[in-house]
Amino acid sequence: MKEVPAGPAAAEMEEKKNLTPKERLQIPTQVMREQEPGERIRNVKEVPFGYTDDQAKIEASRCLQCKKAPCVAGCPVSIDIPAFIKYIHEGDYKNAVHTIKNTNILPAICGRVCPQEEQCQKGCVVGKSLGGTDKAVQIGKLERFVADWEMSQGKADPPAIKPATGKRVAIVGSGPAGLTVAADVRREGHEVTVFEALHKPGGVLIYGIPEFRLPKAIVMREVENLKAMGVEMKYNMVIGNIHSVDELFAAGYDAAFVATGAGLPMFMRIDGENLNGVYSANEFLTRANLMKAYSFPATDTPIARSKNVAVFGGGNVAMDSARTALRLGAENVYLVYRRSKTEMPARIEEVHHAEQEGVQFLLLQNPLRIVGDDKGWVKQVECIKMELGEPDDSGRRRPVPIEGSEYMLEVDTCIVAIGNSSNPLIPDTTPDIETNKWGNIIVQEATMKTSKKGVFAGGDIVLGAATVILAMGQGRIAAAAINEYLATGKW
Amino acid sequence: MNRIIEKEFITPEVFRMRIEAPEIAAKRKAGQFIILRVAEEGERIPLTIADGSAGEGWIELVVQIVGKTTKLLSMLEAGGSILDLVGPLGKPTHIENVGTVVVVGGGVGIAPAHPIAQAMKKAGNRVISILGGRNRDLVIMEKQMKAASDRVMITTDDGSYGMKGLVTDAIQKLIDEGLKINLVVAVGPPIMMKFVSLLTKKYEIPTLVSLNTIMVDGTGMCGACRVSVGSKTKFVCVDGPEFDAHQVDFDGMMQRQKMYQVQEKEAMENLKK
Ligand SMILES: Cc1cc2nc3c(=O)[nH]c(=O)nc-3n(C[C@H](O)[C@H](O)[C@H](O)COP(=O)(O)OP(=O)(O)OC[C@H]3O[C@@H](n4cnc5c(N)ncnc54)[C@H](O)[C@@H]3O)c2cc1C
Ligand SMILES: Cc1cc2nc3c(=O)[nH]c(=O)nc-3n(C[C@H](O)[C@H](O)[C@H](O)COP(=O)(O)OP(=O)(O)OC[C@H]3O[C@@H](n4cnc5c(N)ncnc54)[C@H](O)[C@@H]3O)c2cc1C
Ligand code: SF4
Ligand code: SF4
Ligand code: FES
Repeated sequence: MKEVPAGPAAAEMEEKKNLTPKERLQIPTQVMREQEPGERIRNVKEVPFGYTDDQAKIEASRCLQCKKAPCVAGCPVSIDIPAFIKYIHEGDYKNAVHTIKNTNILPAICGRVCPQEEQCQKGCVVGKSLGGTDKAVQIGKLERFVADWEMSQGKADPPAIKPATGKRVAIVGSGPAGLTVAADVRREGHEVTVFEALHKPGGVLIYGIPEFRLPKAIVMREVENLKAMGVEMKYNMVIGNIHSVDELFAAGYDAAFVATGAGLPMFMRIDGENLNGVYSANEFLTRANLMKAYSFPATDTPIARSKNVAVFGGGNVAMDSARTALRLGAENVYLVYRRSKTEMPARIEEVHHAEQEGVQFLLLQNPLRIVGDDKGWVKQVECIKMELGEPDDSGRRRPVPIEGSEYMLEVDTCIVAIGNSSNPLIPDTTPDIETNKWGNIIVQEATMKTSKKGVFAGGDIVLGAATVILAMGQGRIAAAAINEYLATGKW
Repeated sequence: MNRIIEKEFITPEVFRMRIEAPEIAAKRKAGQFIILRVAEEGERIPLTIADGSAGEGWIELVVQIVGKTTKLLSMLEAGGSILDLVGPLGKPTHIENVGTVVVVGGGVGIAPAHPIAQAMKKAGNRVISILGGRNRDLVIMEKQMKAASDRVMITTDDGSYGMKGLVTDAIQKLIDEGLKINLVVAVGPPIMMKFVSLLTKKYEIPTLVSLNTIMVDGTGMCGACRVSVGSKTKFVCVDGPEFDAHQVDFDGMMQRQKMYQVQEKEAMENLKK
């Protein structure tokens, strides 16, 4: 394992209580120890080990405690970042966790999966002064550190629950949006039931994001905490099929929160997409994560035994698919992306990890068709090279195909990771919930109210495929509005 | 956890299982299915709801043992329970009084054909059911189908029971008798549905088939169940399982069903050990 310079020893730091900003800027960024790439692609364990105590304190000492902290403005749930970092520096981890949990109930998760370089760490003054977001105070890693510390302390104290109100709230979907609302609404003393379609809770956190990036035990623990608060979890319940939203109201629920996510996989509509060996990223990741196909035949759900894999896309979902394919034993994993690396929407850390592990990036290329053998299995994919032209609506330079540059890539598996759109089950069965042309539920942003009385919505079903923290942020807004609605009865 | 109320082998390979599931029983309609899991590390498998009672709160499945999960399921007994059971999934069969409906069930497909025949009859149709099997042992639920139909025809590949031949021969016979068929509903092995479809297309008889593609979630999230219908990609678990037979790419579907053949065989052999 790679040894990482620990910087000045923590004890030494303690002595220097009053460092000048200049001195703080000289403290090196602390890097988490990680499993070596060659080793980690043979297991599904988490890649980084997390900070040591010393590392956390040193990293915390890099923070300048800015008055008008731009980091807080960059965090979608406005965590009081300088405050929690100060607590870490002082070794008061308990208060550090409490500070975070005031606005974010899932710090162990966000610390691991937030795109920090686009959010809290983007505006960090330290990063700006040192000329790079990678040199910013490592807010996410600190957040992860204290959250993990809390878990290592055994059972977390469940938050206080107000006296029972007799009101009942139905939450549809147990992803980050649903879990956030469950906690916030339960605390007000309302009865909460979470209905989940799958046999396990967590949404994308369980079926999508792989174990090596987000250990499932963390998600399950958060759910246990909710249960300890008295939240009722009901699995194997597809709302829309077993009960409609209207039937939930008829059964005595006073409000509903729809957080069904963006679980509808998009395909590319190219020839050969229904050949054997072509997966949506959702299917591939669900088989691997939720169904643990990586342990087949010890577990029962099979997955392709691939040698050469092409993954189409450049986001987190594509990186997760590519890195999962490696862990399943593929020899060559190609990531085919039509723009260049700078345009990739994936978190920088994921791109970096994927490269280290040997994922082969085929940038500025696009698949044209998938070719099968005589038994209907994927044999090749035809790709074309691209160049960047004029900026398009999104402000990114539009990739244009280079004529005559087509070539064949030999693969036996293709994974389509070009995105997900919203799950239509609830809107289809509840026509008075209005949706936009992409099928996302329309809400009033200040309250997350839908067009239907008593029904709120948030997360990916509203935002389209977005992020964990944005889903949670909407959940918080919705929970506050639900609590108010239940208290006043005013819609 | 759902309690198993009854289990009984109908043939050495096919069993029926009655399971306590009051919410599903109250909601289910003909044509819908459930997905279940029998073990913590187990697979999710789809099975059609063959019968049910809202009043008594149970549903019934009729299952053919083809691989590891169906084998494990067959080993559970009354009094035991199913780890996970989710449903009802899929769109219900569109039930309407169209006149004369021919309901075709092949092998274990007779079980899912049964609630369709019942519902079609209840809607006022004249229902003719055709039950097909490779041999006498594989023709199941004859009694129930008789109760749900105006007329029942039976075919076996080897002639050991009913008329010798395939279900398509029975359909042809009805056509030759000069019967005006308004709708055919066929449930069974894909190859059977394909040939039923080819035949009814020739005579321009509207035909529905219930597809049994490989599935994982059953909620439209993964796309494992996709099939080409009228050259558009459809998800069987949410857009189906029933489709206009004349639009379905059966060859593509049969190919996709073979995706895990090697692994499935291994799993079964491991289980035998
Ligand atoms: C592979 C992958 C990697 C990602 N990586 C990151 C990352 O690194 N960082 C990041 O911030 N974001 C990431 N994201 C995005 C992030 O996971 C999502 O934005 C977030 O999970 C959305 O939360 P949600 O609560 O809205 O919905 P989901 O997490 O999608 O949860 C919705 C839940 O609702 C259930 N459901 C759906 N319909 C019904 C119904 N009718 N009845 C009952 N239950 C229903 C679903 O089964 C699911 O459990 C990733 C997404 C994927 C797919
Ligand atoms: C909507 C629907 C309704 C169904 N209803 C019934 C029913 O009422 N009774 C019944 O006996 N069977 C039914 N099936 C088929 C049943 O799901 C499969 O037989 C079962 O999944 C096989 O699992 P296994 O582990 O025992 O066998 P495996 O070892 O997984 O597979 C053995 C064989 O079954 C095929 N198969 C595997 N998985 C599936 C799957 N998910 N769907 C279809 N075929 C598969 C394989 O191609 C293989 O040939 C239905 C399938 C669908 C999609
Ligand atoms: S929740 Fe996410 S964005 Fe906010 S501080 Fe934590 S890591 Fe940064
Ligand atoms: S911007 Fe950076 S240095 Fe300033 S308070 Fe936030 S984390 Fe600390
Ligand atoms: S089974 Fe996953 S989409 Fe149909």
